[in-house]
Amino acid sequence: MTAYILRRLLQALPVFIGSTFLIYAMVFAIPGDPILRMFGDRTPTDATLAALQAKYHLDQPFLVRYLLYMGDVFRGDLGTTFQGQSVNEILMRTFPNTLRLAILAVAIDLVVGVTVGLVAGLRKGKIFDNVTLLIGLVLISMPVFVLAFVAQWFFGIQLGIFRATVGPGAPWGDLILPAIVLAALNFAFTMRLTRASVIETNAQDFVRMAYGKGLRSERVVPVHILRNSLIPVTTNIAANFGILIVGATVTEGIFNVPGVGNELFKAINRHDSPEVVSIVTVLVIIYVLVNLGIDLLYGVLDPRIRYVKK
Amino acid sequence: MSEPLLSVRDLQVGFRTQGGFVDAVRGVSFDVHPGETLAIVGESGSGKSTTAMAIINLLASNGRITGGEVLFEGRDLAKVSRREMEDVRGRLIGLVPQDPMQSLNPVWRIGFQVEEAIRANGIATGKRDVRKRAVAVLREAGLSDADRRLGQFPHEFSGGMRQRVLIGIALSGDPKLVIADEPTSALDVTVQRRILDHLDTLTSQHGTAMILITHDLGLAAERAEKMIVMNRGRIVEAGPALEILRDPRHPYTKRLVAAAPSIASTRLESSAGSGAADSGASADGGIDLAIAARAARASREAAGPPAIEFRDVTKVFKLRKPSGIGSVDFTAVDQVSFQVPRGSTLALVGESGSGKSTAAKLLLQLEDKTSGTILVDGKDTDELSGRETFELRSRMQPVFQDPYGSLDPLRNIGNTIVEPLEVHRVGDRASRRARVLEVLDQVALPASVVTRYPNELSGGQRQRVAIARALALKPDVVVLDEAVSALDVLVQAQVLTLLADLQAELGLTYLFITHDLAVVRVIADRVVVMEKGRVVEQATVDEVFANPQQQYTRELLDAIPGRDLLV
Repeated sequence: MTAYILRRLLQALPVFIGSTFLIYAMVFAIPGDPILRMFGDRTPTDATLAALQAKYHLDQPFLVRYLLYMGDVFRGDLGTTFQGQSVNEILMRTFPNTLRLAILAVAIDLVVGVTVGLVAGLRKGKIFDNVTLLIGLVLISMPVFVLAFVAQWFFGIQLGIFRATVGPGAPWGDLILPAIVLAALNFAFTMRLTRASVIETNAQDFVRMAYGKGLRSERVVPVHILRNSLIPVTTNIAANFGILIVGATVTEGIFNVPGVGNELFKAINRHDSPEVVSIVTVLVIIYVLVNLGIDLLYGVLDPRIRYVKK
Repeated sequence: MSEPLLSVRDLQVGFRTQGGFVDAVRGVSFDVHPGETLAIVGESGSGKSTTAMAIINLLASNGRITGGEVLFEGRDLAKVSRREMEDVRGRLIGLVPQDPMQSLNPVWRIGFQVEEAIRANGIATGKRDVRKRAVAVLREAGLSDADRRLGQFPHEFSGGMRQRVLIGIALSGDPKLVIADEPTSALDVTVQRRILDHLDTLTSQHGTAMILITHDLGLAAERAEKMIVMNRGRIVEAGPALEILRDPRHPYTKRLVAAAPSIASTRLESSAGSGAADSGASADGGIDLAIAARAARASREAAGPPAIEFRDVTKVFKLRKPSGIGSVDFTAVDQVSFQVPRGSTLALVGESGSGKSTAAKLLLQLEDKTSGTILVDGKDTDELSGRETFELRSRMQPVFQDPYGSLDPLRNIGNTIVEPLEVHRVGDRASRRARVLEVLDQVALPASVVTRYPNELSGGQRQRVAIARALALKPDVVVLDEAVSALDVLVQAQVLTLLADLQAELGLTYLFITHDLAVVRVIADRVVVMEKGRVVEQATVDEVFANPQQQYTRELLDAIPGRDLLV
């Protein structure tokens, strides 16, 4: 087990280095001098310009800059933005909000999607199955901003159940509406995947055997059908969690959630290369770790692929 | 006579399909008395499994009972509620499923699955008592260290062990009747016999009646007192099992008896001097394998180098260790040597995992050998250039076990058969077309199948297509890897006869890989028995059957059901 995790982490290393290098190269390939942009209409003196360039290592060749930057990252320092803020601090402030939003969205998706999918799978071809398929199709074909604005207008403004935008400190209650929107985006996948998985499991010999040995259907459905069907579903949801955790930029923007996605969007608009690179670097690390988690989760869910002792 | 335990009266079962409502069981009636074993025999699609599943209402979701009665101790099970049926299953009627590999839930421990059955049937309550019963069930199933085994998962059990556990579960509720649905057809041959013995012992100890569903007449006659033979949803013959086997009345039963390789193999001895006609078709329109086999063996053994020769061939696979770092060696084929003379058939026999299929892949150059020499027509395959290897492949064609898996579902039959001709650039469009029709004719398929797709054909027809594809390039050697194992007895007999005819006609050399010694008898000249990658015995068919030298070979021979019944 430990050896497996170690091997996976070693495999993640080239992914990490390669992706950061690409991001670094691309961000600095954007035309325009970032230092000059900091001054807007004013023109800095040559001395100031040189000092600032030295501070951000912009006077060095590209490869040296990259290596200096990576050295800082490995020491745990993600650098400072052009506006002088510490990127570490920005992430400490925004990441917890994104994490809470992601957890909420995934929880809603899991409960609603799996329940609906289970019932649809057990009643394949009946009315419930067809109606939920239709709802799923509508949700899946709607662009996220349409869904977000409609939800905001209807639940936030017309009905007034939720606040239309997230207030200061992003309390849990304010996060429910954006979480529902995010969950709705994935609902169709979860629901259809659960349904397909339930139908497949239901046709397995061991389900027939479970009935054959005298079990009641109240036991067969959760213990033998649902439990086995959840293997692909859980990994799908976990993968979605990985996507949400690195920031749902559009949804966070619409609901004004002070999260990572929102912050990244602003940084890109400001051409704040150090911030963009640092945030994306952290997100790559998180994404790699989440995917490792998914692979380990497989082993927990399915004993056949448990990474056995020996 | 006592009251029957189960009395099925005019049972009718149908399935709702895309093509409308299909009748699968059309008026079946039989009785099972307490403690008695009844065998239901038939081919796939005959309705035998459907009949059994209808008794305990475990039909697929699109199936239902459309008429008749299922009287169990006087109560009509066709009319009870879902809840009542749940009480009947496990407690009154136990089920031993067909495929033990698929019938235990892979995500739960064995103990969990045994215990939930014990609890559901009210055999014991309370954690400790349930546990104690579960240990007892596994002990009875013949697992010595039952305590430890309860904590293991199904994939840590062999197929035979799983079936023992399932038999244990089926009998844990001490039911009055057990339905065993092809309980050993998914298991290795040598394991089959032990499992059936075990099932016999337990049911007679408990005084349990049994319905044994099987496609194998020999097996049915060996295990059951009474037998019913089903064809297309109807009973065509019923009576004492041995009598039916020795003196079948109905033409269908006669054909089944004649086609069963396990029985044909013993008849080969008795009909040896009778000088039968040299065609496989016998007077009643059926196929007599014994005669067909003799016909095929008449012209044999030309001079020259052997078509195939293996010299000390070894194949080592590197398996990744569980930790994922480093690897361990696994020797699948170990110092194997044999020769196949031109125009003859060599049978490579062994259980799954014995290395026989790997040997075939080495011959076909689909895997690289680790050491040793493979000679084809006296030429070392190592010394061939890439181009010569390509040409070699055109003279050596495979036919695989699963006709469903080895045909591309998106290609029609004509395109499937013409593909090897195109790959090897043989002839032009017109001549390829002509060749396709020619080989289809050789495998006795109508020319009209050219435009049809694999899913429109039956299993036997598909296997004929696979053979036709193999023949298209006019090969010298055909490698048949379990090519008839997935087929029903009658279809199997047809395909075996076809293979024998083609060999006589075209002078083909066969490497015939199988786990079934009964089939070997009717098709092969020489036998190589493999166990754990090594050749343990090598002789002519007659020698192996008359005087097996190895314990392992004897076990394989004993595994042929019903082979002593007709002597």
